[in-house]
Amino acid sequence: MTSAESPEVPVLVRQEWCKGCGICIAMCPKKVLEAAADGKVVLARPEDCIKCETCEIMCPDFAIRVVGGRSKEVARGREDVADARA
Amino acid sequence: MAVPIDDYLRTQFMPHIWCPGCGHGIILGAVLRAIGRLDLPKDEVCIVSGIGCASRAPGYLDFNTVHTTHGRALAFATGIKIARPDLHVIVLTGDGDAAAIGGNHLIHAARRNVGLTTVMFNNSIYGMTNGQYSPMTPRGRYASTAPYGNVERNFDMCELVRAAGGNYVARATTAHARQLSNYVENAIQTPGFAFVEAVTQCPTYFGRRNKMGTPVDMIEWFRKNSINAAAAAKLDPADLDGKIIIGEFYRGDAPEYTEVYDEVIERAKEAAAR
Ligand SMILES: Cc1ncc(C[n+]2csc(CCOP(=O)(O)OP(=O)(O)O)c2C)c(N)n1
Ligand code: SF4
Ligand code: SF4
Repeated sequence: MTSAESPEVPVLVRQEWCKGCGICIAMCPKKVLEAAADGKVVLARPEDCIKCETCEIMCPDFAIRVVGGRSKEVARGREDVADARA
Repeated sequence: MAVPIDDYLRTQFMPHIWCPGCGHGIILGAVLRAIGRLDLPKDEVCIVSGIGCASRAPGYLDFNTVHTTHGRALAFATGIKIARPDLHVIVLTGDGDAAAIGGNHLIHAARRNVGLTTVMFNNSIYGMTNGQYSPMTPRGRYASTAPYGNVERNFDMCELVRAAGGNYVARATTAHARQLSNYVENAIQTPGFAFVEAVTQCPTYFGRRNKMGTPVDMIEWFRKNSINAAAAAKLDPADLDGKIIIGEFYRGDAPEYTEVYDEVIERAKEAAAR
């Protein structure tokens, strides 16, 4: 799940840095992420990812990255969307 | 994002020491994204901190970094800014570090209007020393030193910095990470003293003592209990009790300290040449 080998993986999780706090799982508006048995994060529904970058912005451990990011505007953070779940 | 965040991290020291779900990392990410959007050269950034969990941040950052003594980050940062006014000096500090032991440095850095960006990680507690109350702990909240509830009122740090003379004052929470990052970006671009209060969760001490649940519950609590400054202005102050008012509160254009200081140096040189 964490490999960059598969180009269709929208999000990378750095398992060594993830502390299993669950913030990204709760904040993802599309419920893409789930906790594995060890509490760390895996992609359960990668096809639902809209690359909003909320998981990346909310992860306190720099452990999760959206590959490529969405648009420049989203990356700039100036857009008028909710920070996470509405 | 102009620069990937990994470029700003000393990845060899990761994972960081902060507890699972501690909001300090969310604030740090917001700061790094702001620096990335501004595309500041790494050598032109200097990050200064005091002591505390929050103050551990610069250890993980690949800029010029200084981890100083408790409460004194702003004193060191003032010296750095005077010696090198060309640097973007960013102070990362806790609520204990900035509002308790360092409170006097804070008001005077604001009064002098030194061109620093200060981000105060406000978790309403002394995290590093196991959860004593701080000057930012709201009345009635529990701490290891307030087992029956804190009797003291907390500071409104944003009002304090504004009254003391700072040029930029804003507040957001970890539930508003994008907004927070934009405020830090604006703060860095402000000539003069800029202050951003980042309200954050310490699930280990503040959260546990106050039965606030998981880190996710604490973020949701921030979201539900925050109100924008514009909306707050229309409400009765009594209705704002217990609410976190977020927004940009002040932008001023009072002269920046090192610029004024440079003029003094010029005058002194002219006097000496006469
Ligand atoms: C002169 C001095 N007094 C007291 C301490 C003990 N001490 C270390 S960190 C800290 C408080 C940290 O609280 P805060 O700044 O809110 O940061 P947090 O750990 O909550 O992020 C204190 C009192 C110290 N290190 N030095
Ligand atoms: S937010 Fe970060 S540390 Fe927390 S579970 Fe998700 S990837 Fe792991
Ligand atoms: S004690 Fe609190 S402030 Fe310190 S790292 Fe843990 S959660 Fe964060």
